[in-house]
Amino acid sequence: MDFVDLKEFAVTAFYIFKGTGITAALVVGALSLGFSVGLPLACLEVYGPKWLSRLLGVYVWFFRGVPILVLLFLVYFGVWSLVENFFLERFSIRLTLSPFSAALVALGLASGAYQSQIFRGSIKSLHPGQFKAAQALGFGSPSAVLNVIVPQALRVSIPAWSNEYSIILKDSAIAYVIGTAEIMARTKFMAAFTYKHMTFYVAAGVLFYGLTWLGVKSLKLLERKTAIPGLGHGF
Amino acid sequence: MNPRKTPDGSPENGALPERASGHLLDVREISKTLGGKKILDRVSLTLNAGELKTLIGPSGGGKSTLLQCAHYLIPPDSGDVFLDGKSAREMSHKNICAFRQEIGMIFQDFNLFDHLTAKDNVAIALRKVKGWKKNLAHARAMEELNRVGLAGKENLYPAELSGGQKQRVSIARALAMDPKVMLLDEPTSALDPELIGEVLNVIKQLSRAGMTMLMVTHQLGFASRLTTELLFMENGRITERGAPDELLKDTSNSRTREFYLKLNELAGH
Ligand SMILES: Nc1ncnc2c1ncn2[C@@H]1O[C@H](COP(=O)(O)OP(=O)(O)O)[C@@H](O)[C@H]1O
Ligand SMILES: [Mg+2]
Repeated sequence: MDFVDLKEFAVTAFYIFKGTGITAALVVGALSLGFSVGLPLACLEVYGPKWLSRLLGVYVWFFRGVPILVLLFLVYFGVWSLVENFFLERFSIRLTLSPFSAALVALGLASGAYQSQIFRGSIKSLHPGQFKAAQALGFGSPSAVLNVIVPQALRVSIPAWSNEYSIILKDSAIAYVIGTAEIMARTKFMAAFTYKHMTFYVAAGVLFYGLTWLGVKSLKLLERKTAIPGLGHGF
Repeated sequence: MNPRKTPDGSPENGALPERASGHLLDVREISKTLGGKKILDRVSLTLNAGELKTLIGPSGGGKSTLLQCAHYLIPPDSGDVFLDGKSAREMSHKNICAFRQEIGMIFQDFNLFDHLTAKDNVAIALRKVKGWKKNLAHARAMEELNRVGLAGKENLYPAELSGGQKQRVSIARALAMDPKVMLLDEPTSALDPELIGEVLNVIKQLSRAGMTMLMVTHQLGFASRLTTELLFMENGRITERGAPDELLKDTSNSRTREFYLKLNELAGH
């Protein structure tokens, strides 16, 4: 390998590596948004009034039923232009939605729907007597949920959440269609530019695999670190 | 009247002179319908300070529902509960939470918080409900664990404790809130026979120390020695009540005695 090739390789690798950063930011952002939507939804669904839980059911049903690609276009081309036309223009606010933000919102809202189902399942798996015992001690419902239910539900949720992480990571590749400069977009560009399709798509696959591995391993570690003594795992 | 004293040593009727009904806990004419079925039908009972009453009866009779209504964990459809003369029915939601703090509840299956050590199980309500500082709450938790004979177990998690130890932690957890009354719903029913004694001992100590209690139990031999009144509950009503010797004596043909004999038969005595 001569000097020029090496330099070219370094430049290319750096280019795609920057895409990895964007992918990671997109995934972390979408999962965080999904978490901050999903956890309260799950608590409201289980402990809130019936009408609210029915309303939340509609949200979940919508985001689970619509493909990510459609959501992406809806947010980027549809919803945002409505916001621009009917709201922002009236107050002469100029605010554009970057492809990155659009992807983050679409992935985050979809993940929120899935995560609410994960947390709901975890909450339901806990012995219901604990909530009652907390109320009996004088806890109000929000405080009982926050101090007694949530810490346990989060622990129980880690394996399913790890699964959600790897799904969102893979779904994030689709963000390239609206021009988010993540791994896939950069790979596609380089592949088309150099005609080395095989090389670049294999590299992209390896990068995604590496990110999946890293996330899943970290969550496994977290699961072990937060395990409750005596509550055996893998019995 | 029984000569039992309140914890501070004052005679029971002198402790709180201006109480409306004179009773510490006064459950009046409570009814509750759940799932279209009348579970409680105008049930009344009272507890004086320092008194232990025992509620017995066949499964499904409404005993657990009664305790939870008395605690306002399940708001009754009609009727009222007075604690120290204060009506629960008229309370706001916030005051109901305060009302509940004053009544300790012990459940058959313990209901400990699985993610917390024994010490934190006892301390968490002190911290989050009463707003105590962590070190104060922990000191109090240690005191209560000591009282139920669990010194040295404070750092164990519920899953690392035996059933008897779990129930004692749950008693310590309730006591830490300084309740005026304790409601115990079959506190030993989920325990292996050899672990029942350690929990009954704690209850006996509490009763001797003047704690006011209403206990649902099938341990009638134990209960009748400590209890001032037996209440027999069936189909959502208290159908018999009286002193244990009265209801259980050989010549009695009460439902209570019939039930007691059946229990003994099942236990193989
Ligand atoms: N939430 C509920 N909905 C419908 N029925 C209930 C509910 N809770 C209890 N019950 C019924 O009320 C009756 C009394 O139950 P319970 O108070 O637990 O009796 P006990 O403690 O004496 O065994 C039972 O028939 C039970 O099935
Ligand atoms: Mg019961």
